[in-house]
Amino acid sequence: MSNTPVDNSRRRFLTVATSVVGGVGVVGAAVPFIASWNPSERAKAAGADVEVDISKLEPGQMMRVEWRSKPVWIVRRTKAILDALAGHEDQLRDPNSDEDQQPTFAKNRYRSLKEEYLVLVGVCTHLGCSPQHMKDGQFEEFVEGVPDGFFCPCHGSKFDMAGRVFQSVPAPLNLAVPPYHYMDDNRILLGKEEGEVA
Amino acid sequence: MRKLILLVCLLVPGLASAAGSNFPLDRADYDLTDKASLQSGAQTFMNYCLGCHQMQYQRYQRTFKDLGIPDAIGEEYLQFTGDKVFDHIRNAMPVDSAKTWFGAPPPDLTLVARVRGADWLYTYLRTFYEDPSKPFGVNNKVFPDVGMPHVLQELQGLPRETTEEQLVDGEKVQRYVGIKTDGSGLLSESEYDKVVLDLVNFLVYTGEPVILEREALGKKVLFFILVLFIFVLLLKKEYWRDVH
Amino acid sequence: MFKNLLDWIEYRIPMMRVANMHAIQYPAPKNMNFWYVFGFLATIVLVNQIVTGIWLTMNFVPSAEGAFASVEYIMRDVEYGWLLRYMHSTGASAFFVVVYLHMFRGMIYGSYQKPRELLWLFGMFIYLALMAEAFMGYVLPWGQMSYWGAQVIVSLFSAIPVIGPGLVEWIQGDFVISGATLNRFFALHVIALPLVIVILVFLHIVALHEVGSNNPDGIEVKRPKGSLKEEEKTKFEMHEYYTKKYDIIDDVVPFFPHIVLKDLVAFSVFLAFFSYVLFFNPEMWGKFLEHPNFEIANPLKTPEHIFPVWYFTPFYAILKAVPNKLLGVIAMFAAIAALALLPWLDRGKVRSWRYRSGLHKWNLIVFAIVFIFLGYLGGTPQANWKIIASQILTVMYFGFFGLLWLYSKNESTKPLPARITK
Repeated sequence: MSNTPVDNSRRRFLTVATSVVGGVGVVGAAVPFIASWNPSERAKAAGADVEVDISKLEPGQMMRVEWRSKPVWIVRRTKAILDALAGHEDQLRDPNSDEDQQPTFAKNRYRSLKEEYLVLVGVCTHLGCSPQHMKDGQFEEFVEGVPDGFFCPCHGSKFDMAGRVFQSVPAPLNLAVPPYHYMDDNRILLGKEEGEVA
Repeated sequence: MRKLILLVCLLVPGLASAAGSNFPLDRADYDLTDKASLQSGAQTFMNYCLGCHQMQYQRYQRTFKDLGIPDAIGEEYLQFTGDKVFDHIRNAMPVDSAKTWFGAPPPDLTLVARVRGADWLYTYLRTFYEDPSKPFGVNNKVFPDVGMPHVLQELQGLPRETTEEQLVDGEKVQRYVGIKTDGSGLLSESEYDKVVLDLVNFLVYTGEPVILEREALGKKVLFFILVLFIFVLLLKKEYWRDVH
Repeated sequence: MFKNLLDWIEYRIPMMRVANMHAIQYPAPKNMNFWYVFGFLATIVLVNQIVTGIWLTMNFVPSAEGAFASVEYIMRDVEYGWLLRYMHSTGASAFFVVVYLHMFRGMIYGSYQKPRELLWLFGMFIYLALMAEAFMGYVLPWGQMSYWGAQVIVSLFSAIPVIGPGLVEWIQGDFVISGATLNRFFALHVIALPLVIVILVFLHIVALHEVGSNNPDGIEVKRPKGSLKEEEKTKFEMHEYYTKKYDIIDDVVPFFPHIVLKDLVAFSVFLAFFSYVLFFNPEMWGKFLEHPNFEIANPLKTPEHIFPVWYFTPFYAILKAVPNKLLGVIAMFAAIAALALLPWLDRGKVRSWRYRSGLHKWNLIVFAIVFIFLGYLGGTPQANWKIIASQILTVMYFGFFGLLWLYSKNESTKPLPARITK
């Protein structure tokens, strides 16, 4: 047995100091395990921005592309469709896009950067089916007086030609507008707003 | 106990295993921090090697970022295949045709530096020599009967074996002395060696892109462990003062 | 309130009592030296392998088509994936470094002698399970060495008469090593064997604590109850589970904090070596990660040299030393079986080599050198002199056990000290 008395304060200091250093080590060691769960390069590549060429899109036509494994629609709306958007706002759940389903530039009646082109994520906000584009009067059988719109066949949700959801349907929110901007008059880049860096 | 440790230490040199290669290899003095060298190597690879060889585990975007090349410039000068910047480095050579043309499809080169080693690659690319008996007219000192043509011939010129008459065991023998190019290449010998070294540097990089980051982190970790060791040792000694 | 919670738990599951008995008030000899850290280090490495292994499994693809690419995916595309991979590969080799030193400690201090025979046997079972685990783990990256190493080792079983070839097909799940083999090795490597190893390690520690730890002098610290004077007994408070049955001499320390702190010092030294390898030389010049394994498995192209990873090379050398295939396999397994039989081959009563004959000391040292030299021979390309050398060394390997059996009966030993020395 040692003859020198136990220096308790030295013991306590060393114990605390060692524990602190050890704790730093444990946290440091945890970093790679936690960070490895972040999206990998492959996931980031698959989720990368998508360039869309809209030069061939006719008025009234819709094209579908894939972005982040989701369908994205681009519809070239005619003047008639655009004018009709004001006509049924009393039947919409969120006519002014108050809910956070779109970038700031889309918080308007047209919910788009340029009025003519509508860009929407084609996933119903109810349970995720992809609604159908009803045009040339096909939508009237679902909503009287509204000739064009999107109808979801799974549970009957209805959206107008700005992606805004009607009342009395299962879907609670307007269709989402993805971040995007115009690279030039013919190309849209899905995934980033204007001036946004990665 | 001490005797045992001493004897084990004497054995350690004997544990180094033989490389298995007979031809003496030149040392490849590459420097992974030399970005200019890596960029040159990347360019050589894309211009001369990508036609046949892929790097299916390496992405363009990673390459540009690590080598300090802006995406736009990299896409213009280093990306020829129509791939996107985040795609892997692939070519369009059909596997079956490759078998017909070369006997076996040209191997993927992403990891070749980890399989063969930098010295092997550096020596291999500099020891092709004229050999009319071979299908492509060349043979190789490090990789005899290789199925690859001398892709860099326009840079090196046509290389030939040079031999010298030497006295071996009392007999006059033609001894291999070195490779000499016929001078028809675009580059001088030292310039060619530098191009090859840069290419090898690039191949070492693609074999393990994370080497520099790994070593940097290692220094920090070892320093931390030193600090931890000091504290733990002091704490242990403090409590063991109760004993004896 | 907190104290009541602990009591509530303790009444229902004796957490504190178990912790006290096995991790706090467990009497450990105070002269446990550097040779005694490797059991603790082995447990640390086991935890490392399990945790990094789980994380690797999150991204590894266990199919012949996807395995190799998924390893490169982990190395390049997963954040810090390269670090997890190297922790696992360095850990595998570290495991065997630590385990071999741990076993050698048992040999020099006679820790396998009565009453620790079962402890030694559990250790041998862990060693066997570990070798199977490491072998299957190495197949998973599906490189050239993964494939061809598996090819060579699995085909050894064809040497067994009558059932051999059928057995090989059954193990492979195919006519050759293929994705079927990879898939089942993955399942065994990730779940089955880790479970077995963890259970065996638990039993190993239970067996140890039942009879108590040995020490470099090989003498008992737990004396019969009532045989010691008061001043001879330990001043530290030990759990009544031990003090009830024994008088514990004043040559012990409590496991916590003394041994725990000693082990932590050893841990930080080990961590320094481990980190040096991991961050600056993970391939270890082709010994920990063999160069041919960075090339994807090609059933049509046999590598120039096929070696198992370094920790199997001594047994591989013994296998190759015997010119007959079946006898070679038998010799290889006999080499491990001989180790398992040490408690009975050693007929001596003195444990530690400190107090045994000079012959015994030399026998042990030569055995260690022979083992290392066999490893060199098993891991390098063949040469004529190497064939003769491995045959001589194989004889010397088994000679260790034979000699030990012969001299241990009437060995000249030194008198044992009454109390523990340094």
